[in-house]
Amino acid sequence: MIDVNVSLFRWPTRRLPDDDTKLLVRRLRANGITQAWAGSFEGLLHNDLTGVNDRLAAECIEQGEEILVPFGTINPMLPDWEGDLLRCTDHHRMPGIRLHPDFHRYSLDSEAIQRVFALASEKQLIVQLALRMEDVRTSSSVFSLAEVDTAPLAKTVEKFPQLQLVVLNWSRDLRGPAFGDLAQLKNVCFDIATLESAGGVGKLIQEVPYQQVLLGSHAPFFYHVAAMLKLRESELGEFITTAIAGGNAARLLAGN
Amino acid sequence: MIWDLHCHFTGLEGRTPDERMANLIEYADRMGVDKVTIFMGIRHSLDPTPEVFRRENDEVMQALSHWHDRAFGFAYVNPNYPDESVAEMDRMIADGPMVGIKLWVACRCSDPKLDAIVTHAAKLKAVIFQHTWYKTRGNLPGESTPEDLVVLAKRFPEIPFICGHSGGNWELGIRAIRRHPNIMLGTGGFDPTAGMMEMAVRELGADRIIYGSDAGGRSFASQLAKVQGADIDNAAKKMILGRNYQRLLQPILNDKVQK
Repeated sequence: MIDVNVSLFRWPTRRLPDDDTKLLVRRLRANGITQAWAGSFEGLLHNDLTGVNDRLAAECIEQGEEILVPFGTINPMLPDWEGDLLRCTDHHRMPGIRLHPDFHRYSLDSEAIQRVFALASEKQLIVQLALRMEDVRTSSSVFSLAEVDTAPLAKTVEKFPQLQLVVLNWSRDLRGPAFGDLAQLKNVCFDIATLESAGGVGKLIQEVPYQQVLLGSHAPFFYHVAAMLKLRESELGEFITTAIAGGNAARLLAGN
Repeated sequence: MIWDLHCHFTGLEGRTPDERMANLIEYADRMGVDKVTIFMGIRHSLDPTPEVFRRENDEVMQALSHWHDRAFGFAYVNPNYPDESVAEMDRMIADGPMVGIKLWVACRCSDPKLDAIVTHAAKLKAVIFQHTWYKTRGNLPGESTPEDLVVLAKRFPEIPFICGHSGGNWELGIRAIRRHPNIMLGTGGFDPTAGMMEMAVRELGADRIIYGSDAGGRSFASQLAKVQGADIDNAAKKMILGRNYQRLLQPILNDKVQK
């Protein structure tokens, strides 16, 4: 199974039970995960993202027991973010990057995100777009994060047909036409980490082809088993469960 | 044994309470949940008139009618109408099958308007579930925090209360209630943020924590994960998943059996 949504290191406002990489890897393995796409909590607030991504890459090699795949954080509001992206691809050989528009404060139709999408497409990188990391109702008032307006996302993505986009932690922000329009695009996938409602995965695949749905846990911020249990809560059948639990992500990775 | 403290009709497929209840039970079966507790109607009203909360409770009664072996019901009441709420508790609990009350966001629970309702609930041995949140951007005008519940619980130190949603921001919610042993923690209806259950067991003890989901708006999966994924011992998990709630319900269930 492939978990496309984990993060390493410390959450800024709280210790988490699995914020030590060894413990996280042990948890992932215990729950049957054979590969996990890892971003970095450090990427939310740090400006030296080159250092953040260097540490992420090293940690995946040193502590990842060959299951952690690093996805470097890119902040297009920083000077020479392109240098960070090129270091992710050319030096660290990362298959993808992760964006945090809420923490880094840019809109989904901004020039900034379009430049990232263009360069990522050229470099054949998977782009993970984390729409939020935490319920805004419980996030620290220190962050004063704006909710990301998802209305323009589909139109932005349409301009980049070669882009491979994975939307993470999206279910509270991406609804109605904004979700429907995006789900029509075959180069966009959705993880299940923040998906709620009873039988949520089963309901999701009535709205978006199962080939575009990926197992993501948002561990260690969330209890990892939550995502695993969601696969059981809906009557998906073995074929679709297998695809969501890893097959779709493997195909996405192989395309790079 | 898994008993779920906190379920609604919302988020479920179905046009009627019966259809939605059948769907809820189907998901509960898939997740190993033996009993569910349902409260409030298909459409929730923030500050319901007596007519509205009676209608919502009638929907729950209808849904319970086929599932007495699998479901409990709580009566939805509104402290802004204390007399009518007490009468509704008689209709739904004393003379009906329900076993508790649900207090939502019509009135902060520190308000003395709750006293008649709480006193009557205690007389009926009904479970008292109070919605609570600490929202970073501010609560609704009538929305209680766990500290509001502490004010109420201090007026009635012999009566048990349930702090719904753990206050949402559970690090604050657990702190608020930890020195008030007549307040139990309801774990449903917020994200499965890791470390929550470990802190709750550390600060309150496993015997003060009751699993609930807030399904169908929430997923059973995400909410069960808070218990099943936590680094706590198996005895604690069993208490949280069902035994504590069973213990809390026992007095009113015994009364209903005798009737």
